[in-house]
Amino acid sequence: MQYGLSIGAYVVAAILFILSLGGLSGQESAKRAVWYGIVGMALAVVATLVGPGASLWILSLVLILAGGAAGWIVAKRVQMTEMPQLVAAMHSLVGLAAVFIGYNTHIELARIGGMDEAARAGLAGFAAVIAHKTAAEVSILRVETFLGIFIGAVTFTGSVIAFGKLAGKVDGKAKKLPGGHLLNATAAIVSIVLLLVYLQSGSTLALIGMTLAALFIGYHLIMGIGGADMPVVVSMLNSYSGWAAAAIGFSLSNDLLIVVGALVGSSGAILSYIMCKAMNRSFISVILGGFGGTAGPAMEIAGEQIAIDAESVADALNEADSIIIVPGYGMAVAQAQQSVSELTRKLRAKGKEVRFAIHPVAGRLPGHMNVLLAEAKVPYDIVLEMDEINEDFPNTDVVIVIGSNDIVNPAAQEDPNSPIAGMPVLEVWKAKQVFVSKRGQGTGYSGIENPLFYKENTRMFYGDAKKSIDQLLPMLD
Amino acid sequence: MKIGAPREIFEGENRVAMTPDSALQLQKLGHSCLIEAGAGKKAGFSDDAYAAAGVTVVPDAASVFTLADVVVKVRGPEKSEAEMLRKGQTLISFFWPAQNAELLELCKDKGATVIAMDMVPRISRAQKMDALSSMANIAGYRAVIEAGNNFGRFFTGQVTAAGKVPPAKVLIVGAGVAGLAAIGTSTSLGAITYAFDVRPEVAEQIESMGAEFVYLDFSEQQTDGAATGGYAAPSSPEFREAQLKKFRELAPEMDIVITTALIPGRPAPKLWTEDMVRMMKPGSVIVDLAAERGGNCDLTVPDQKIVTDNGVTIVGYTDFPSRMATQASTLYSNNIRHMLTDLTPKKDGVIFQNMEDDVIRGATVTNDGAITYPPPPPKIAAIAAAKPKEKAKELTPEERRAQEVAEFRKQTTSQVGLLAVGGALMLLAGYFAPVSFMSHFIVFVLACFVGFQVIWNVSHSLHTPLMAVTNAISSIIIVGALLQIGSGSWLVVVLASLSVLMAGVNIFGGFLVTRRMLAMFQKS
Repeated sequence: MQYGLSIGAYVVAAILFILSLGGLSGQESAKRAVWYGIVGMALAVVATLVGPGASLWILSLVLILAGGAAGWIVAKRVQMTEMPQLVAAMHSLVGLAAVFIGYNTHIELARIGGMDEAARAGLAGFAAVIAHKTAAEVSILRVETFLGIFIGAVTFTGSVIAFGKLAGKVDGKAKKLPGGHLLNATAAIVSIVLLLVYLQSGSTLALIGMTLAALFIGYHLIMGIGGADMPVVVSMLNSYSGWAAAAIGFSLSNDLLIVVGALVGSSGAILSYIMCKAMNRSFISVILGGFGGTAGPAMEIAGEQIAIDAESVADALNEADSIIIVPGYGMAVAQAQQSVSELTRKLRAKGKEVRFAIHPVAGRLPGHMNVLLAEAKVPYDIVLEMDEINEDFPNTDVVIVIGSNDIVNPAAQEDPNSPIAGMPVLEVWKAKQVFVSKRGQGTGYSGIENPLFYKENTRMFYGDAKKSIDQLLPMLD
Repeated sequence: MKIGAPREIFEGENRVAMTPDSALQLQKLGHSCLIEAGAGKKAGFSDDAYAAAGVTVVPDAASVFTLADVVVKVRGPEKSEAEMLRKGQTLISFFWPAQNAELLELCKDKGATVIAMDMVPRISRAQKMDALSSMANIAGYRAVIEAGNNFGRFFTGQVTAAGKVPPAKVLIVGAGVAGLAAIGTSTSLGAITYAFDVRPEVAEQIESMGAEFVYLDFSEQQTDGAATGGYAAPSSPEFREAQLKKFRELAPEMDIVITTALIPGRPAPKLWTEDMVRMMKPGSVIVDLAAERGGNCDLTVPDQKIVTDNGVTIVGYTDFPSRMATQASTLYSNNIRHMLTDLTPKKDGVIFQNMEDDVIRGATVTNDGAITYPPPPPKIAAIAAAKPKEKAKELTPEERRAQEVAEFRKQTTSQVGLLAVGGALMLLAGYFAPVSFMSHFIVFVLACFVGFQVIWNVSHSLHTPLMAVTNAISSIIIVGALLQIGSGSWLVVVLASLSVLMAGVNIFGGFLVTRRMLAMFQKS
């Protein structure tokens, strides 16, 4: 088929991808948007397969189908609470693929470099494209390849570690090797030096050295970031996988790859930015890991945590007119979303106003809580964002906090010395009564003491979130 | 441990410190319970009901004191009762150690541990055993009922076929627990209710109960109630004058006055003077909840109901909780039960007198042959001191306009700056890079731009699906692998094949997961 025709197909595919992302602005249009994405992807693959430069297409099809079957099975089986891990795992695949493709470019480049004019003319496919490049273009190509491999490698190990942390296979606490960021900086500098070496000589060794350095950076960077910052990390890795694709697109002179890579890259970057803003932290401080920069000792907390039993919570719920539920990661861990949904259904059936308040960084993935609640069939129009609902807390009878901690911590507003000072939080303590469903008395993921638990209108409803809510259900009549 | 409750021997006392319900709960803590025969009779609990709850009924008080390790009572012990205490025994009851020094001495000499329910510190954790509050609540309720009983009219206003009935006007002085309970009862009966308190911070609580707070036109800063553990402190003479003036204004209008003003450790302040009583209409009622401490009203006679010459009834009963013995016993026995729960931390029926615990330390007045009253101040302040609120500054339209203009300028400069820097970088890149690169580069930059514009509109709740979709889309990298798969050496083929495989996983997995998620979002 003609080259122009496949470019045309690419243009259509690129537009479909843009529409696909744009369609996610609303729940209803989103359902259509996924189809745009699927059609765009199919178009791109078919156009590439039948277009110039591709060969071995039976093998390709078989591989796509095999990979697709694996992906299908995983996607069917995965629990909604495991979504963060899945997304992280899939990022690692893109990263690794980028590394492989980068190496291929390098191998081809090296092979062609050794050929004479006559041999070059006989080349077909991808090699032929490279063969026609001028010297300046070859050095640009080297930079692009180098970048593609670098970003791909960082994405790969970073995503693997993020997956491990989210799945609980790697300790979620921020950890650094001795030397801290100096190690990262050294690895980065080594990579830059190797880039110069590679530009001069095109040596395979330099490329492999850089890959190792990049793999280390990915590993060490994510190891140093605590569990509470995971939403930022996942969206950041998402962004990286996009940039890797874009870099590969440059090295292959493929506009579709560039466009889609840039789309994904900028989308991830914006998501990271939104998450950081929600925590009132700069992107840099998240990347550098750990909470830092406290100006003095934390405010003393007066009072104590008062426990309450299910009966009293049920009584309060029976009497309340307006109820707001604030879910957090604890709800995901306890798989309590179905019970929460049932609770909501019962309360709504009694004519009470029940709403959900979602903090932008609740959970371990941007929008994590929304997906869980949607899975449990909680209607999305009663699930509100922080800005939409924060003013309503003073007029609310009962707030139930299920497994969230930092996002409802009044210290962010009251204690200028708190590590999370200035972070926007849900002002649950302004409600008449607050029940906190929590496993025990410990602090949250960030290890910050929460004065909410000591407030006079707060009662602690200890126990596993799912069991606690299930206890409540029969008592609501 | 055996927990025993004797019959209250104080004249007119109807309450009992243990109910069948509380006994059941105590048994869950590993204790066994005894009760003197007939102890619960006046509160409406028969001996059979106790027996059915597993309580051993013993014939007289002496056997309770001999058998029980812990004696629970309502009123403080009479001398005869204190005589029966023995070493190692614990007594839990009201005690008023400040007023009963002799009795305290006697209990100490007997070697008994005395836990005074009136000494439970006022901190959040101890609310469940705060018997003063639970009894005050009853007193407040009963005061309104008692007033209604002696008042010849309705509380609520009515327009009937037989004529119009004006609503009663009720003034409640002192908005502590009893005052607030009285406000609640009075408003729910339909009376127009006014309330006064020297602590300005309770105005909000008063209004939340539906009464009108009587404001004093007085500039002096009142002491913050937080400094005194939530109780009122004595006020300055000037303040008192202003207060009495206000009351004189109100007196002729009020049908019912309920006074609940008490200052800890002092006689009740005189707030309703004789001349105010003279000003009131015939048939009006005054209920003085402070009668036991001398009364807030000049004319109050403790324990009696009197009618003045001008026909105002003054109720000076001191036993309101006892007049609602069933309710009072239920609440009081729960307070006792909570105290015992704290004293039995392991729920194994063994009392552990933890003198490190603020609540237990505060309430214990004798222990181990020594007087432990008064206790050291608790480690935790009862109520956080109120902080002055900062008000957001109101902006005039001009200021707002100026602010908007400044913001617009700032935005413009930052945007122009970014454009200039970006443009310069582009030019620099274009100067060095070959044309073939720049033609791709323009696509890249535009795509970034489109990406930024599109993603800002994605709704927050769809961020997870967005991640899944972008993840699926980023497997467009498969195109690169497909382009390479056929060219060159076996190594290239292998690496490209692996890439195709992995990207394939991503494409199908990513889109399928997104579809699964989106299918779940439903409207109600």
